[in-house]
This record gives sequence, structure tokens and C-alpha cells, in this order.
Amino acid sequence: MHRIESEEYRITREPYYAPQGNEIELFESAYKNNIPVLLKGPTGCGKSRFMEHMAWRLQRSLVTVACHDDLTAADLVGRYLIVGGETQWVDGPLTRAVRIGGICYLDEIVEARKDTTVVIHPLADDRRVLPIEKTGELLQASEGFNLTISYNPGYQSVLKDLKQSTRQRFLALEFDYPVAELEQAVVMHESGIDAAHAAALVRFAGMTRNLKGSGLEEGASTRLLVHAAKLIVFGIAPLDACNASISQTLTDDPEILTAIREMASSLF
Amino acid sequence: MAAATPSAYTERISCPLEESDIEERLEELLGAVLTSRRTASVPARMLSTLKRPAQDFALHWASVIAKSNSEMAFQFVSHVSQAFDRLDTDGVTQWIIEAMDIYDRDGLYLGSAALREVETFAARLVQKRYSVTFDDIVSIMNKFVIGLSGRNLSIDEDEAAWTDTETIYLPHFVRQFESGHQNFQVYKATVGYLLAQTRYGTFRVDRTSGVPILCAEIAKFREPARALRIFGAVEELRLLARLQSELPGLARQMREFKKALSRAGTLDSDSAALEKIQRSDAEVEDSLALVRKLYEDGVDVPEPTCYQGIIDLEKVRLVTKQRVEAEREKFRADLALLAEGITGEDESNDAGMDREQFEVSMSPSADDDNPGAGDLTFTIDGKPVVPPDDVVQTANSIIQDFGEIPEDYLVAAGSRLYDADPSADDDQSERSEPRSETGISYDEWDYRRCHYRKNWCVLKELDMHPGNEQHVAAILEKYSPLVREIRKSFEALRGEDRMLRRRKNGDDIDIDAVVESYVDVVKGEELTDRLFIKSHKMERNLAVVFMVDVSGSTKGWINEAERESLVLLSEALETLGDRYAIYGFSGMTRKRCEVYRIKTFEESYDSLVKARIAGMQPQDYTRMGVVIRHLSEKLKQIDAKTRVLITISDGKPDDYDGYRGEYGIEDTRQALLEAKYAGIHPFCVTIDTHAHEYLPRMYGHVNYTVVSDIRKLPLKVSDIYRKLTT
Repeated sequence: MHRIESEEYRITREPYYAPQGNEIELFESAYKNNIPVLLKGPTGCGKSRFMEHMAWRLQRSLVTVACHDDLTAADLVGRYLIVGGETQWVDGPLTRAVRIGGICYLDEIVEARKDTTVVIHPLADDRRVLPIEKTGELLQASEGFNLTISYNPGYQSVLKDLKQSTRQRFLALEFDYPVAELEQAVVMHESGIDAAHAAALVRFAGMTRNLKGSGLEEGASTRLLVHAAKLIVFGIAPLDACNASISQTLTDDPEILTAIREMASSLF
Repeated sequence: MAAATPSAYTERISCPLEESDIEERLEELLGAVLTSRRTASVPARMLSTLKRPAQDFALHWASVIAKSNSEMAFQFVSHVSQAFDRLDTDGVTQWIIEAMDIYDRDGLYLGSAALREVETFAARLVQKRYSVTFDDIVSIMNKFVIGLSGRNLSIDEDEAAWTDTETIYLPHFVRQFESGHQNFQVYKATVGYLLAQTRYGTFRVDRTSGVPILCAEIAKFREPARALRIFGAVEELRLLARLQSELPGLARQMREFKKALSRAGTLDSDSAALEKIQRSDAEVEDSLALVRKLYEDGVDVPEPTCYQGIIDLEKVRLVTKQRVEAEREKFRADLALLAEGITGEDESNDAGMDREQFEVSMSPSADDDNPGAGDLTFTIDGKPVVPPDDVVQTANSIIQDFGEIPEDYLVAAGSRLYDADPSADDDQSERSEPRSETGISYDEWDYRRCHYRKNWCVLKELDMHPGNEQHVAAILEKYSPLVREIRKSFEALRGEDRMLRRRKNGDDIDIDAVVESYVDVVKGEELTDRLFIKSHKMERNLAVVFMVDVSGSTKGWINEAERESLVLLSEALETLGDRYAIYGFSGMTRKRCEVYRIKTFEESYDSLVKARIAGMQPQDYTRMGVVIRHLSEKLKQIDAKTRVLITISDGKPDDYDGYRGEYGIEDTRQALLEAKYAGIHPFCVTIDTHAHEYLPRMYGHVNYTVVSDIRKLPLKVSDIYRKLTT
């Protein structure tokens, strides 16, 4: 069986990241002081990219787990597999990161089941240990291990909330969509689009974000802008690109769709 | 006919009839009204130019009409080819039917006139077919405005398009173009143009007089009406240039309209002057300067464009004046509060309030076209402070009026607004009136004192007066397809499967458990029998209270929509099995706060509950804090993992005795915070489109939803509940 070596989690090329504030310094300080980090922010605003960038900057392996509502503790910690009639213990992603001293990034932590989040508690305080029940091991985190979780406080579900006992172990970094010039620069860099189109896309995103709470659950994310920009660079007409990659992804409501489309056609 | 080949047959029926054949047929049909001077040859010649299907159509109708009246039939065949020029077959049919109706009702004279006036009919039909009405566009335009401006300018209906700087008025319908799409675009361009007027300073206010510069300047002309017409044309050029840089798509559309609707006359002036007002830094003063020059020259004023609407100087002046005054008071009061927050709430400090030096500066805006978009920095005595959102909003609004914050605004003042203590005169009556015995007393939060007023409100719980239960049945009938859909989607929620691992029996083998048992066997331990996975329906451990605003402002539509919402919601919740209670609330003054039981947690959704829903009637005012505290107490007694308090409301907290504005909002916010500390999730569904100004402060940025179209409330509430609890 192929075992993933720690080097494979290494990021060798610098991932592009334009800082919104002092989050890089904050993260570095947290990392050096063994404080786990909580990233808050709407979807598609650059949380995951930030993590890639930090892993590269700190020269650490990055183990990312996208959480979902069937994620069990075993999925994180590890399990026994049968290999050729023998049982064999296989580390889960969290255990792996703990062993190799990498950064473990649990994306959208609120999606995971409540009991799963408890597994990370002993890792997220000054003990920095991971008890592995099945093997009877008490794993001390290697030097360089860091736990980062992310969540989107904008979800309107009362069931998806982070417990205080979990939140209060972390240093929290708040992310939002970048300010206009920065977002424009990001869109231009990611897609290679010209400044004028990028500026218009950013303005368009601002308009959809204004609609948050008035029919839209979320405004257009930077990620969506990059999608649209890529289509435009590829030769798709700007209006079609906006419709396909932004408007239609935001809502199915025909009325709001019309309003959003008219906003786009006012811009392009 | 049987012998004819298909192609010959097709040819025979598709080949146009000869003029002579038609004449023959017409003579047969119209013989009674033909004379030697009035023959069938003219109509026959015209008909011969038509295609075969149109000819068949015309002859068929000619025979039908001739059965009613031969003269009508003659008029018909004389004009039908003209009708076909202007209309499609459907249109021609409508033309015939309408004319025959007139003939039946008003006789031959008017009937044949209707047939002759085919041009007018065609024009009317086109207009009717393509006209777009205000109702068609209002909710789309609402969203469009929010998106474009980030503010809630209201949209309303009027004879013409205009704005008083706070509301955008749009005409009842637009039928300029022979295309629904184009007419819709005219609405859109109008909204965009009126927004541009408020945004790019058409109504910029003079600092000393507090009156829009435009109003003062136009009044100086001998013929103000002519000056205003010139201004309209000049300003249109200036705004179009400004729009060009920010909303090029919209500007392009506007230019297309200008081109399509050829306007009489163009603005005649030397190009340098025109260029000047189209520069990106041109202000309304530049437009006015050009107006003065053009007025002197006595130029022809071009017709207004289809999207520029009219300017009502008097209304603009009134609305602006009111706003300017209110905002100056509010802003200065806000600053005083800010200062107090900084220097500590020290009474002795009040005397020296004027020592504080405020400064509000704008950091260079990234967006030069949009004054006020830059970040504002507030400093007091040189120390930077972070003002609350609503202060920033007021500041931005002031900047939109003046272009900056005038100096006299930066003096904190104990204004009237600030002095207005909601309890000032109430305290007097308190002593004379004995407090009600039967009610429950609750504290109320006074944000100025930063303390609770002890046992301030007295709340009574009453039964909602039952109404006619049949009404609920009628609602269910009205929404029957929707009810089915709601039941289905909530059933799906209820049936959410969960995999339970390590069961003694189940639908599937638990591989993890098997592997572990393997280990156990190897280790020589006992073999477990818990090797299966069982799917299990998750129990929803959720209790929710609906707190429904039945204040006087909900009268009419809103009340009806609330009742419909509750009926649909009850259907959904019954399907789901969540525990729920419904209470209405209203009241008048702090001594008569009332909560109306519609359904308690213990009651089932029976005919009494239905009758109470049907009987919901608008009452008095909206004192929210005390109701939230009361219902939170109720929720706390329920043993549930998740507790939710959902408010359905139509506006801000508001009560007769000064419970409004900051005071009401702050008390409600405090009550909600108390609920949150008790583990209750508050949420608000509102139909107030201005809710963005205060709900984020009360409920938090994500804990509310605005349903801008009241008619959609019943549909939305269940939807919102589903999203909220999954």
C-alpha cells in the first residue's frame, strides 16, 4: 500500500496570497507559540488559500480535512484495516499531522458532528496530546504541529454553531472579502484579466453583497469573481460569464436573478 | 381531389388567389351593399396582394361578418390588408372582434368606424401588449436599488418619474417601445438616473441655508420653469458622464435610448462648456453655471429623455430640509454620546462638554465617483474612536447632502432628541397610578443609564380572541399546492437518516467493527456481536416560539399575510414534529404590555388554535423587549437541546410612551442578549425594507431575514424555518 510521506504534504511553490491586514504576523506568532487558530469568514474569501500560503511560508506540511456531517472521530484519528489477514493501524489525517509536526487544517468544522470536535480538545490546549483510544497510545504532538479550524459565521442555522468549549481554545482570525482594490488585484492575478474588467467584477460583487439578507444568503465570493474572470479571459462575453459563474450560483429565485442580471448589465 | 398529388395539393392551397376570383367571391358576399360606383374590385385588388392563408382568413371572416351586416363586411374587406400590414393574425382577430362588439352595442356607424380606424387599434394593441407596469417591476427594482446603492431608497408609484432624495417615484407604466424588454429597460434606466441624481449631488445642500443649491438658484431666474428645463438637459449630460465611469452598461443603454427616441433639438453650446460639465469632477454648480449661460443665449431646450423624469423642486426642498435638520440633531447627539462613552459617564463632565473637539475626516476614497464611499475616521480631542454603524450611516448621509461634514455639526450638543427621556413625563403618572396586580413585572433596559429600570413593564398574558375557523380552511385551500410541497419537504427533513454503528442488527455490515473484532480474535479476546450499521432517524430535539407582531401597523395586508404564514408554518411543524408555541404581542405603554396566546407548547394544533389564528387582529403598539423576556422565560422551561425564538415583525420597536428610536432598539437588543445567554437562538423575519438600519444591531448580522414582498411572506416563513433548523 502506498503510504503518503510527509514531504508530499509540502507546498513547494509560493501560493499567491494578498494579506488583508496583519493576519500573516498573527498566524506566525500563534504558530510559534503553539496556539491553535480559528479562521472565521464567508465562503470563498481566501481562508484555504491563506492556509496554503502559511504552510509554505513556515515550510510545514499541510494536512487539510474538509469536514462533513458524517465525519467520525475515526476518520480523523485513524482505524485498523485488514491487510493480508493481518490488522494494520492506519493513521487518520489528524494523527498524521500530529506525528509529522505539520499543520492540520479542519475546514468548515461546524459541519462535523459535535462528538468529532471533542477529539481535538486535548490537542488544542497546552497539553497538545492526541489520545488514540484504539491503540492505547497517547500521542504527544511533534514540534511544529499546529491545528487550525475554519468556519463560516454567516450560516443562518441554529444547529451549526461552535460550542464555547471549543471556540475558547483558539486564536481567532476574522476574514472578509478583501477591500475593492485588493480584491481587484487578486482577481487580476488569479485570472490574468485586465484592470477594467476586474474592477467591474469587484463592483458587481459589491452589489450582490448589498443584497445579503434581502433575498440572498450570501453575496458573490472572491472565488466566484475569479471564475467569472477566467471565463472572460477565455473569450466568453462578460454578461454571460457573470450570469453563469456568479448570478446563477447565488440563487434560483427568478426575481432576484433578474435584479442581479440587470446589475451586471449596468456594469458591462 | 383524391387524384391530386401531395405537391399539387399543397400548391393549390398555398398559391394566392387571383384578383378576379376574389372579386367574384366578394360580389357574392357583399352584393347587397355594392353599387356601380362602389364595386368589389378595389378591395379585391388589395386582397390579392396578401398571402393565401391571409386571403382565406379574410374571406372566411367576410362571410361571417356579412351574416351580421353587409356594410360591416365591406368595411372589413376594405381595411383587412392594411390590418395585416400592421398586425399578426391574432391581432387582426382582436381587431375584428372588437369592431363587431362595437357594432352589436353601438350600431353600424361606430362599428364601421372601428374597422376603419385600424391604425389606431394597432397602435393601442402594441402598447397594451408591450407596456410594462409598475407592479411588474417594483420588487425587481427594489433589489436593483439595494444592490446598486447599498441603501434602502424606497420605490413608489406616481404619475411621473422623480425623486425627493429619499424615495424614487416611478410611473404607473412604460410603453415607449414596441418591446416589453425595452420598456423594462426604460424603468431600469430611470431608476439608475434618479439614483445618480441623489448620488452625484444634483440636490447638494447649501451649507448656510440648508436648502438644496438647485432650488435656490432656479428660483432666481425670471422664468424658473424654462431654467429648470435647461437644467434637466444639462444635468443629464453631467450625470451620464459620471455614470459612464461607474456603470458603463447602464450609460450605454441610456445613450441607445437617446438615439432611438429621436429628440427634438439638441443642447446647443460651445463644445468647451459641454466638455467641462462632463468632466469627472463636475458638480451641480458647474451645471448651473452653464444653465445661466444657455438661458441668456435663449437656446432651444431639447425634449427630456425617456429616463430622466421630472424634478419637483418644492418637494425636494421640503424633504431635504426635514432630513438635514433631523440629521444634524441626531449627529450632534450621537457625538455627545460618543464623547460620554470616552470620558466616562461623569455628570460633572456635562458642563464642560463643549471642550471636546470632534473631527471627522474622510480617508481618500478608492472610488472617486462615489463621495462618501471612503472610510470615515472619527476623532475626539485627537483620539480616534470607532462609532457605531448608525452614526457612520448618518455621517455618510450628511456627506451626500453637503459633500462633507460641516463644522457646526462637529459640536456635540445635548440636543432635544438626546434630552427626550422616554420616561420623563411618565414618571409623574407612575406615582398616581397603582401598579397592576395581575400582570407580571419585567425590568427594562435604559441604555443611557446603562442600567435596568426595575419592574418597569407590566405584562399580561391573554387568550387571542378566536375567529372563524373556516378562514384557516380557506387559506389551506388557497395554498393547497404549496401546502403539499411544504409537507413533502419537511417530511424529508424529518426522515434525515443517521448511521448508527456497532449495532447488534442492522442493514449493513460495519466494516470498522468487523476489522476490530478481527483484532480482538487475534488478541484472543471475546468476539463482539455488534457488527452492524443501522440507519436511524434523527430525533429533532428542538423547541421554537413564534412571536408575532400584532401591532396596529400590521392592519390589512400584513395581518392577513401573518395569518397565512402561521397556517402554513403550523402545517410544516406538525409534519416535522418540532415542539412549538405561537404568541401574538402588542400593547400600549409600559403598564399595559400584552401577549396573546395563540398556541402554547402544551396545546395541540386543534380547532381552537386554528380559530385563534383566524381571529388575529391588529392591536396597538410594539414594545418588544418585555415580550422577548417573557417568551424567553417560557422557552427556558422547555427541555430541548435547541431553543429558538422567531419574531415576525413589520418594523422597529415602538410604543406610545417614548419606547422608540435608540431606546427601543437598545432595550430590545438587551432582551435578545439575555435570551442568547440563556441558550436561546433569536431570529427575526421582517417585512420592513429599512430593517438593515437597525436589525443587525438588535439580532446580529446573520440572525434576520427581510422579506421585501409582503405577498411572499407565507411562502417564505416556512422556507426560512427550514433553512434555520437544518
